Amino acid sequence: MNQETTSASTQSRLDPSDEKVISIKGMHKWFGDFHVLKDIDLQVARSERIVICGPSGSGKSTLIRCINRLEEHQQGSIVVDGTELTQDLKNIEIIRSEVGMVFQQFNLFPHLTVLENVTLAPIWVRKLPRAEAEEQAMQYLERVKIPEQAAKYPGQLSGGQQQRVAIARSLCMNPRIMLFDEPTSALDPEMIKEVLDVMIELAESGMTMLVVTHEMGFATAVADRVIFMDGGEIIEEKPPVEFFERPEHERTKLFLSQILHH
Amino acid sequence: MSDRSAPSHYAPGTHPDLPPPVRTTGIVGWVRANLLSSPLNVVLTLLSIWLLWTILPPAIHWLFTEAVWSAQDRKECWALMNEPRDAACWAFIRGSFELFVYGWYPEPERWRVNLTFILFIAAIVGGLRENIPGKKYWLIFAAAFPFIAAWLLLGGFGLEPVSTNKLGGILLTLVVAVTGISFSLPLGIALALGRRSNLPALRGVCVIFIEFIRGVPLITLLFVASTMLTYFLPPGSTFDLLMRVLIMVTLFASAYIAEVVRGGLQGLSTGQYEAADSLGLSYWKSHRLIILPQALKISIPGIVNTFIGSYKDSVLVLIIGMMDILGLGRARLNDPDWLGLAPELYIFISLFFFISCFAMSRYSLNLEKKLHTGH
Repeated sequence: MNQETTSASTQSRLDPSDEKVISIKGMHKWFGDFHVLKDIDLQVARSERIVICGPSGSGKSTLIRCINRLEEHQQGSIVVDGTELTQDLKNIEIIRSEVGMVFQQFNLFPHLTVLENVTLAPIWVRKLPRAEAEEQAMQYLERVKIPEQAAKYPGQLSGGQQQRVAIARSLCMNPRIMLFDEPTSALDPEMIKEVLDVMIELAESGMTMLVVTHEMGFATAVADRVIFMDGGEIIEEKPPVEFFERPEHERTKLFLSQILHH
Repeated sequence: MSDRSAPSHYAPGTHPDLPPPVRTTGIVGWVRANLLSSPLNVVLTLLSIWLLWTILPPAIHWLFTEAVWSAQDRKECWALMNEPRDAACWAFIRGSFELFVYGWYPEPERWRVNLTFILFIAAIVGGLRENIPGKKYWLIFAAAFPFIAAWLLLGGFGLEPVSTNKLGGILLTLVVAVTGISFSLPLGIALALGRRSNLPALRGVCVIFIEFIRGVPLITLLFVASTMLTYFLPPGSTFDLLMRVLIMVTLFASAYIAEVVRGGLQGLSTGQYEAADSLGLSYWKSHRLIILPQALKISIPGIVNTFIGSYKDSVLVLIIGMMDILGLGRARLNDPDWLGLAPELYIFISLFFFISCFAMSRYSLNLEKKLHTGH
């Protein structure tokens, strides 16, 4: 993603031609008997940034995990970048190479160096030659500002550094969409900023992002829409200014009062 | 900082990193701390010294100083001592050494056994060492080694054929143990993956196989191999006894390896599987690059434990009449020339097993240390 076109891309970011990269219609999901996602309808346009928030157990992580098929939905349809998510393994693998995911627990591969972590997927999935993959990897490591850690093992890095490596690892596959599942929740406060800075830079470069987070400052700065979920349903969906200043539903107001208090 | 008993010489924020204090105890300090630190420890120390005093000198006397190293037979051996059985008659082992190592392998062909052993060491060193040049060729060689060894030991295609019942002693022990160990590992990994599969038929077959094998003693399976297997095979076909034994030993060990590996696979956090999936890696690629390297590393203690067990289980072939080192040793004890030298024999066999098993155990510790990347 080129950094030179930030200002230009912010203007033409939302493509008026209505191209939806993610289209979820009438999606339901059960864990056994537990109805965890209820009638989810969500349309995400290219380069749109969505923040999903809500109390724990509301299904927000489950929702984004359905998008790259880490969880299966039982009813409704999910179409990602023109491909529908079904049982078909081929479709799933295509979608997974276009959708990057960053986890709360980083999930770096501890037996590989940072560079090997980042080049693994390009070499084995995109079949890039090693030299080219390493060059690209170093570019992304510079972009997340830790090129000097390339030869270290994840166990030798701090949490914030590990999460930035995880972001670089997903970016190296040149995904169309990035999913973030509470990326800063497992970090010490002084490291949260360095990861959020990377995410803000990524957002400004035009990446389509779905971020599950409690960092409302990030939502205000960068989100196009904030979605509030509770009990498996989407309760409210608004641009950040309206969401924080004029929430409609009682549950939203209750949630905001609890988290904006500090 | 202001509560310190000794005043600090440095202003806050300027304290340099100092080296730690040198341990001033030395050997006297160690003795006092570990051996004499409490009345109980003093008593135990004195007791241990007394035990060593009563056991060690006579043991060294029997094993080394008074032992007879060369003699023609037992009578001559004992004649050379002050009294019969006063010391070890290692001449027995030296005199039987070739028999113990090669069994009844024909003498002119023994160079093939030696060559196989050298290639075996080469395959282990080449296959397991990290930064060896031409690693790929070493791995191919290690994979091909079983077939090369089979050709060298049994003959055919230009080499004089040697019947499998001529194998005995350490040669037979190593053939059974090494074959069992090397083939059970890939088979065990496959069973472990199959047991975790989503396909019910595959999972069912793997579970049934593992539970059946674990539910039955190895001796029983060896009896099956030696007596009953012919009933299950097409009439008229004979299957070499050694081959049947090798198959049984391999299947037996693979069931145990499967469970050890399954434990390792369960020990991985699900986040690893999810991260591999979310990058778009297929089942086989994610297992080969991410899952199995980590799972096998966690499983090393369990795997080596099973290997050492299989190695020693090879003596069970004694029950079906095959002469491994233990069987051959005991048969030699009945030789009139060397009647009654049981202690020497069992010490020798124990030493052989101890050295090999301890080497495996040390190697595995070495391997774990090398693979430890700090997580």
